[in-house]
Amino acid sequence: MSERLVEIGVGAFVALGLAALLVLALQVSGLTELRQPPGYEVTATFDNVGGLREKAPVSMAGVHVGRVESIALDPETHQARVTLRIERGYDSIPADSTAAIYTSGLLGEQYVGIEPGWEQATLAAGDRFTETQSAVVLERLIGQFMTQMQD
Amino acid sequence: MTGDEVLARVRDLRFQRGRRWIFDGVDLDIRRGQVTAIMGPSGSGKTTLLRLLGGQLRPHGGSVQVAGQEVPRLSRPELYRLRRRMGMLFQSGALFTHLSVFENVAFPIREHAELPEPLLRALVLLKLEAVGLRGARSLMPAELSGGMARRVALARAIALDPVLVMYDEPFTGQDPITMGVLIELIRRLNDILGLSSVVVSHDVEETLAIADYVYVIADGRLLAEGSPAQLRASDSAAVRQFLDARADGPVPFHYPAPGLAEELLDGEGP
Amino acid sequence: MTGRLQALGRATLDGLQALGGAVLLLGRLLRGATVVLVRPRLLVEQVYAVGTLSLVIIAVSALFVGMVLGLQGYYTLVDFGADDSVGTLVALSLVRELGPVVTALLFAGRAGSSLTAEIGLMKATEQLSSMEMMAVDPERRILAPRFAAALVAVPLLAAVFSAVGVIGGYLVAVGMLGIDGGAFWSNMQSAVDVTPDILNGVIKSVAFGFVAGWIALYMGYTAEPTAQGVSRATTQGVVRTSLAVLGLDFLLTALMFD
Ligand SMILES: Nc1ncnc2c1ncn2[C@@H]1O[C@H](COP(=O)(O)OP(=O)(O)OP(=O)(O)O)[C@@H](O)[C@H]1O
Ligand SMILES: [Mg+2]
Repeated sequence: MSERLVEIGVGAFVALGLAALLVLALQVSGLTELRQPPGYEVTATFDNVGGLREKAPVSMAGVHVGRVESIALDPETHQARVTLRIERGYDSIPADSTAAIYTSGLLGEQYVGIEPGWEQATLAAGDRFTETQSAVVLERLIGQFMTQMQD
Repeated sequence: MTGDEVLARVRDLRFQRGRRWIFDGVDLDIRRGQVTAIMGPSGSGKTTLLRLLGGQLRPHGGSVQVAGQEVPRLSRPELYRLRRRMGMLFQSGALFTHLSVFENVAFPIREHAELPEPLLRALVLLKLEAVGLRGARSLMPAELSGGMARRVALARAIALDPVLVMYDEPFTGQDPITMGVLIELIRRLNDILGLSSVVVSHDVEETLAIADYVYVIADGRLLAEGSPAQLRASDSAAVRQFLDARADGPVPFHYPAPGLAEELLDGEGP
Repeated sequence: MTGRLQALGRATLDGLQALGGAVLLLGRLLRGATVVLVRPRLLVEQVYAVGTLSLVIIAVSALFVGMVLGLQGYYTLVDFGADDSVGTLVALSLVRELGPVVTALLFAGRAGSSLTAEIGLMKATEQLSSMEMMAVDPERRILAPRFAAALVAVPLLAAVFSAVGVIGGYLVAVGMLGIDGGAFWSNMQSAVDVTPDILNGVIKSVAFGFVAGWIALYMGYTAEPTAQGVSRATTQGVVRTSLAVLGLDFLLTALMFD
């Protein structure tokens, strides 16, 4: 085995290993600090986000259109301010659309679903959803159900 | 004789393997500029003696001095410094199987000196030429015959131009012509480069021809010592038995064991 | 009775002595490994032997493991209507556990065994002895670079394993079972974090490389210098490495994700 081949082999191996680490960081964990995907950001305010997490998917009619960029508590209203990043290409979302938090299946993860409105005007970067629908919190639902039963 | 003439001095050497004493009080001197031969039956501890001289084994008693230093007491770095001036031909050859013949001989040089490649090449080819294997430089050890492998190992042992070279059975497996060349080579290296050599061998005639001084060990003790002429003239029964290659005599041919009849009748054990 | 007690006592003492020897060797390996800073060539050769040459087996295994995870995950999750989360399941299993662990087990079988056999044979054929007589320290010249190579190669191999495994899961989930690609990735990305998930996986794989290299070299270096001795040491090396890796994995997991 010639020295050259050994060196090329090791170089390729190390490059591949580092590339794999990069894939894990960027594609698998979605490290956004290093990768700002194109698109635009809009915000929505919810009374309760339930188990929604950053980077959760945002979909419209079941089609993936973006993801949750950040979740923060508004110190004045005590509501959750969720920033959504909508991918480039989906720039005709009606301005009066509703953002709602759903759970995929019974045990699946929570995601943001957008119900389209009727207006001609569309959402642009920095806009806010006027209509939102908070996460259905299972415990609260069961609690309500129980109190109604007692009535 | 002054102390300076002695390169290695062994006194009252005691060494044990399991319960058996391989050496039980052995004295010997390796003199500078001489070829010293160690002879003795197989299993008598000749290889062990070389390993004790090289510091790979520690004696259980007595002293082993090389170049004025007490080998068993040396620290690791001191021992390694001493070994740079020693060359050893292993009985098995012990070539590096993953390196070619050329690289095997080049190995100690590369490890200890940063020579420019052309100089290194010249040096290695000279050593290989000396053992008649310059043409085999690109072969791998697996492609060599036993005798060839041993000659490559010899070239490697002298690669660093050591002060003390120890040859463990250099003649085994060599044809008569090569044997003659090797005897010449060991003698000439010794005389021209001013080395001191220790040759371990069973080949009585060759060894007596090459050696300046001979030690015969058997049964953990020194059986005889002297110049080849003195040994040839010796009338000790043990020396005669060894030189004349007879099975019967004071030197035991067998590894220590109970009597044969006793053991056969006993019928136990492996 | 006293015979059994004595046997037990001897076994304990032998075990302790072996452990002590292994720890001392480790110390010398760590000190000796500095040789690769002076002579990087020694490291490059060994990374080639244990890393580059293990790439194919690692990548192929990872692809299959990822595909199986995709299938199993899908069939389990689809009953709960959570099949979009299959990416999460594949990625977390790989990054946290299967990547480091399976890589270390494959490494023990593919590279560790050959390290043990190589060192054992070099010892049996007196190559290490003759090196010592040339005033070359075999621990520094032969063992330490191999140890450093294991330390470098295992984490990189584990990263390749996890990445290829995720791709395998993607192929099955998106290509075969028709899950939406965007949902596959963004569910995964919302559940997997660089710290702790990926970082902990990397830490695990470094620890496993350390253990795999150490055990393989120790077994070879202390092998009885015979054909049987070397073959026994090789088998035992793989067995011990596997057990050590699985045990250590439990410990690390308990410490990391408590
Ligand atoms: N590693 C070992 N463990 C136990 N005993 C050993 C070991 N090596 C050698 N011996 C014993 O030490 C004795 C001397 O061995 P040594 O190799 O020095 O003999 P030798 O004189 O070189 O023999 P030969 O001429 O056959 O090479 C032998 O009887 C052998 O049984
Ligand atoms: Mg011998």
